[in-house]
Amino acid sequence: MRGTLSDRMGAALLMAPLLLFLVLAYAWPFLGVVKWSVTLPTPGLGQYGALATDPLVQSVFIRTLRIALIVTLVSVAAAYAITVVWVRGSPVQRIVAEFCILVPFWISVLTRAFGWVALLSNRGLINTWLQSIGFISEPLALVRNEFGVIVGMTHFLIPFAVFPLASAMRSLDDRVLLAARGLGSSRMRTFWSVFVPMTRSGIIGSALIVFVFSLGFFVTPAILGGGRSVMIAELIYLRIFQSPDWGLGAAISVVLVLFVGALMALLFRYVRPKQLV
Amino acid sequence: MQQPGRAAEIKAIGIGKSFGSFRALDNLTLDIGRGEFLTLLGPSGSGKTTFLMILAGFVKPSDGRLFSDGVDITERPAEQRAAGMVFQGYALFPHMSVEANIAFPLKVRKKSAAEIKRRVGEMIERVGLRGHETKLPAQLSGGQQQRVALARALVFEPGVLLLDEPFSALDKSLRGQMQAEMKRLHQETGTTFVFVTHDQSEALALSSRVAIFNHGKLLQVGAPDEVYDRPANRFVAEFLGEINMLPLKGVRAADDGAVGLCEDRAVSLRGNADAVSGNAILAIRPEHMSIAREAAVGENGIAATAIASTYLGAATRLDLTTRQGARVTVSVPNEVAAAALSKGNSVWLTWPAEKGFLLPDGG
Repeated sequence: MRGTLSDRMGAALLMAPLLLFLVLAYAWPFLGVVKWSVTLPTPGLGQYGALATDPLVQSVFIRTLRIALIVTLVSVAAAYAITVVWVRGSPVQRIVAEFCILVPFWISVLTRAFGWVALLSNRGLINTWLQSIGFISEPLALVRNEFGVIVGMTHFLIPFAVFPLASAMRSLDDRVLLAARGLGSSRMRTFWSVFVPMTRSGIIGSALIVFVFSLGFFVTPAILGGGRSVMIAELIYLRIFQSPDWGLGAAISVVLVLFVGALMALLFRYVRPKQLV
Repeated sequence: MQQPGRAAEIKAIGIGKSFGSFRALDNLTLDIGRGEFLTLLGPSGSGKTTFLMILAGFVKPSDGRLFSDGVDITERPAEQRAAGMVFQGYALFPHMSVEANIAFPLKVRKKSAAEIKRRVGEMIERVGLRGHETKLPAQLSGGQQQRVALARALVFEPGVLLLDEPFSALDKSLRGQMQAEMKRLHQETGTTFVFVTHDQSEALALSSRVAIFNHGKLLQVGAPDEVYDRPANRFVAEFLGEINMLPLKGVRAADDGAVGLCEDRAVSLRGNADAVSGNAILAIRPEHMSIAREAAVGENGIAATAIASTYLGAATRLDLTTRQGARVTVSVPNEVAAAALSKGNSVWLTWPAEKGFLLPDGG
C-alpha cells in the first residue's frame, strides 16, 4: 500500500463510484430506518425500550443466535472437509470437489429451499423411503421446525465457508507438514496439531462470514421453518408488513445492523481482508 | 535410524527414481558410515535432493533398496524412520513457540513432561537460544530460526540428520558462523549427518566425504581433498572449483606416474596415469600454478602471455594465453602479477608434478 500521494488519490478516485453507490443504496435508506426507529409511533427511544422487554422479540433473537451458531459449526466443519479435498486431493478429487462447491451457486435460494421441502416433508423422499424399508412407522418431523431451517441454511452457506478456508490452505507451506511427519508425527496427528492450527485464520474468517450471513437469513427460514421457527429477518418483515409496527421493526433492524457491524469489525481485526478471497 | 542415541549406518543399493519419463536418480549405490558427515553436492536437478528425500522417506524410490543398520527400510514411511530433518526455509511450525517447536518430536514420542522439559532445555542451551523460548518463529532472525530447526531435528537423538540446503537463505557472514556451529554439533552429537548443497566451498569445508551428483548420477565420492585434487572426470573437476585444462599428447606411463607433451614440452605427472594413454587433458588448479621467468630443465612449465589481471585483495587473478592459444588462469601474489604484466607480458607458467592430473580427452 505504499505509494505517492497522487497514487493514493488516484486509487480513491477509482473507488469513488462504488462508494457513492453504497452510500445512495444502503447508507441513506438505513438512516431513514434509524429515523423511523426513534420517531414512530411517537418520538423517543420507546421502541428500544420495548425491544429490551418484549418476550417475543427476545425469544426470536435467542433462536436466531442459536440457529446461526449451529449452522456456523456444521457449515465450517463440512466446508473444511470439502476444502481439504479441493485443495489437497488428487486431480480427479479436485474436479469433483470444485463441481460440488460451484453448482449450488447456479441454483436460486428459493429453488433450493423448496427442494429441501420436497426431500424433508412428511410425504417427502426421505420419510417415504425410511417408511418403505420399515425403518420408521411414523414420519419424522424434518421440516417446519428448526432442524429444517438448519439443514437448508447449512446447505446454502457451505460454499461461502469454503473460500476463506481454501485461501488459508493454499498459502500453507507443504514442507512444514513434511517436517512434522519427518519428526515422527503420524498423518492424523500432523493434521490436528499442525495443519488445523495453521489454517486458523481461515477458520475464523469462514465462521464469521457464515455467522453474519445466518443472522440475516429470510427466505430459507420462512419456507423451511413454516412460521414456527421465526428468525430475526422474518420478524422484521412481519413487523413492517403485517402488524404494522414500523417503529419496532426499524429498531430491530438497527440493532441487527449494529451487531453485524461489530462482528465485521472483529473479523477484520483478526483476519487480513486478503485472506478472505 | 530406529535406535535413538546411536548414529546410523546407511546403505543404498541401486537406488533409482523416475518422475514420469524424467530420470531423477539412476542406479545409486552408496554407503554412509556411522557418524559420518557426508555432503551431497551437485547443481539443481542433479538428483541430490531426490536422494535426501528418499533417505527421509518422503519419496519412494522406483528401484533399489535402502538399509539402515542392516535393516531394509525401503518401504518404511517417514514418520517411522524418524530421521532428523532440516528443510530449506526451516519449515518451523509458525503457530508454536520456540520451545513447543523443539518439544514436538518428543511429544509425538509420548515422553514424560519432565523429560521433555529437561531435553528441550538442554537443546536450547546447546544451540544458544536461551531467552527466546516463548517467541514465535516469525519473531526470530534467520540465524535463530536455523538454530530452532537444528534443535528440533536433533532433540530426539535421531540416528541420522538430513539437511536440505539449510544455509541458502543466510547472508555470507552468518553462513560461516552457522557452518562452524554445525560442525560443532556434529562432533558433539556424533550423529550421522547427510547434507545437501550446491555450494562447493561449503561442501569442502564441512564434510568428511563429498558425493558429487550430476544428471541423476553419482559421479564420485571421496574426502574433500581427494575429490578436489583427484577428480574422476571433467564435471567434478570443474564443479569443485576453477581449473585450467591443457591438451596433452603422447601420454604414457612412467616410473611413478605419467609423462606427456604439453605445448611441445615434456611434462610429468604423478600417481594417476592409470587407464589413460595417447591424448588426454592435463588439469591444474589456478592456485597450484606459479609465474616464473624461466622453467628449468625437467621442471613442468609452458610459456604464456599475460593478458589481464583482476585484483582480489589477498591475491591477484591473472589471465594468460599460451603459445598455442589455450586460456589459463592463475592465482598469484599481488606483486607477482604486477611484475608479470609490466615485463613485456611474456612469462613461464610452472607447476609441481603432483598437482597436475589427467582427465580423459573430451570426457
